[in-house]
Amino acid sequence: MSKNMKATSAKPKKRSQFQETMRRLSKNRSAMLGLAIILVVILISVGASIFYDYDTQVIAQVGDRLVKPCWQHPFGTDELGRDIFTRVLYGARYSLSVSFVAVLVSLIIGVPLGAIAGFCGGVIENLIMRFNDILLALPSIFTAIAIVSALGKSTLNLMIAVGVCSICTFTQVTRSAVLTVRNNEYVEAARALGATNLHIIFQHILPNCLAPIIVQTTFRMGQAIISAASLSFLGLGIPLPAPEWGAMLSAGRNYLLGYSYMTMFPGLALLITVIAFNMVGDGLRDALDPKLKH
Amino acid sequence: MSEIMKNDDIVLQVEDLRVEYHTDESLVKAVNGIDLTVRRNQTLGLVGETGAGKTTTALSIMNLIPDQVGVIAGGSITLEGKKTLEMSDEEMNHIRGKDVAMIFQDPMTALNPVTTVGDQIAEALRIHEGLDKKAAAEKAGKMLEVVGIPAERANEYPHQFSGGMKQRVVIAIGLSCNPHLLIADEPTTALDVTIQAQVLEIMQELKEKFQMSMIMITHDLGIVAEICDEVSVMYAGRIVEHGTLEDVFEHTKHPYTEGLFNSLPDINDRSRKLTPIPGLMPDPANLPQGCAFAPRCRYATEECTKAVPEKRWISDTHYVACSAYDDPAFHIERKVD
Repeated sequence: MSKNMKATSAKPKKRSQFQETMRRLSKNRSAMLGLAIILVVILISVGASIFYDYDTQVIAQVGDRLVKPCWQHPFGTDELGRDIFTRVLYGARYSLSVSFVAVLVSLIIGVPLGAIAGFCGGVIENLIMRFNDILLALPSIFTAIAIVSALGKSTLNLMIAVGVCSICTFTQVTRSAVLTVRNNEYVEAARALGATNLHIIFQHILPNCLAPIIVQTTFRMGQAIISAASLSFLGLGIPLPAPEWGAMLSAGRNYLLGYSYMTMFPGLALLITVIAFNMVGDGLRDALDPKLKH
Repeated sequence: MSEIMKNDDIVLQVEDLRVEYHTDESLVKAVNGIDLTVRRNQTLGLVGETGAGKTTTALSIMNLIPDQVGVIAGGSITLEGKKTLEMSDEEMNHIRGKDVAMIFQDPMTALNPVTTVGDQIAEALRIHEGLDKKAAAEKAGKMLEVVGIPAERANEYPHQFSGGMKQRVVIAIGLSCNPHLLIADEPTTALDVTIQAQVLEIMQELKEKFQMSMIMITHDLGIVAEICDEVSVMYAGRIVEHGTLEDVFEHTKHPYTEGLFNSLPDINDRSRKLTPIPGLMPDPANLPQGCAFAPRCRYATEECTKAVPEKRWISDTHYVACSAYDDPAFHIERKVD
């Protein structure tokens, strides 16, 4: 009997930090809307080839050029007669994969650098942070253009270029989080247990720095989509004729007066996706902020 | 005499330890030449006000003085025959947590909030005993039970525990590798009085069960009376009086120790006013000449400000650092029968 009561009374408390964050995030309407949009975009990019076959829908039906939006072509067709609706759906793949991989690249490089800088201090910190300052001082689109021109035009190089541009943000965010965590007593306690520095960084410090890093990751995903689209717009992104949103904007530019739908739909897709990432990022920042706990 | 005979029994020997903190503006002398001896299965109480250098002493034993500011200026620490101050960080890592463990003051901050308590207990086991994940988790559950917490709660996070339970978890972490010496840095300061008693009882019990020696750092003389065998009273980085529990409590010699006792309420004489020690502990960056306690001491003479008083042995086990005892007729007012 008493054991039962213990179990039930302990239940509402038994939430991990992840569950607690999800609970608070679910109360935030705009964050949930953003999350829903992102899920839809992910579903589209994964399922596009199931619903529509790019070759039969787009390549095989070339012919009806510059058709205004109608039942058969909801978003119209472009100057080569390709269905814009299908191309926008397929474009989600490129944008999402580029942003995922790019952010992953900057996470993998930026977070350990920031952690080392924050934990070690001294000369090592100075070296890392000054190098970081140099990267920050250059306009990111300029850095990206330089990298793509040096490495050559390909999807992978685009991802690397976009990723390298946001390394410095992650280094900064991680370093400042580590600085606040590393003086906690449990870090000293771990040291008193004979734990090595590496163990302390990965077991005790980084897990406690995750909140700002997660928030930054979400924001950076949106940013990376824009960066990738800008590079494609400039003709430095994914090689044509891939249906990348930025490249589609660039192509539609010449027909802006008569056929604005050619730029409008890919532009809208870009806008909505980026806003969705930002809404989730905002929501996560609130959900992970311990000061807002009730 | 008796010290030499029982040499094998000595777990920790600290000799003439000096620790300084170098900051931009000043040189803080936190510990100024202290000697400590801890014997097997014995508990040494380290008593003193905030800022007397108790925690610094404990950290030096662990060789954990903060790198860039803290400097061990002299002395030696021998832990079971090994000179720990001369060891590299890597060698020290094998000793920390295994031969000597430390319990921190505030259980609220001494546990990692994002890791389950089971994993935190298992951590030391995995580092020192090379246990795999499963065996370590099993032993962690057992350790939880040793400190009176059901093993099922190993999967919970620190915020799901109360303060007293957290401190028990911290104790379980400290004891997990059966250390020979446990340093408890004010383990009950952050707890309620009722919980304090529980935690002390557990510590006392486990000390006997695991055959450990213990250094109990505290400013609470009640705790000392309850669980210590020997007491060192620290003031401004020096030990002013040392002896067995009986020596210090029943035959108090140093005026500072007397002051500590006088600031405690007396249960037999409730009408007695508490007499606090006047003044404040001197700034360790700017210690007065001679005896550091002289400015606050009511027996102080001019003599006291001239030189730092040496140890004066009262008996085999009891010494006091006070120059007034050069006069055989001198005695403090506190009378204990």
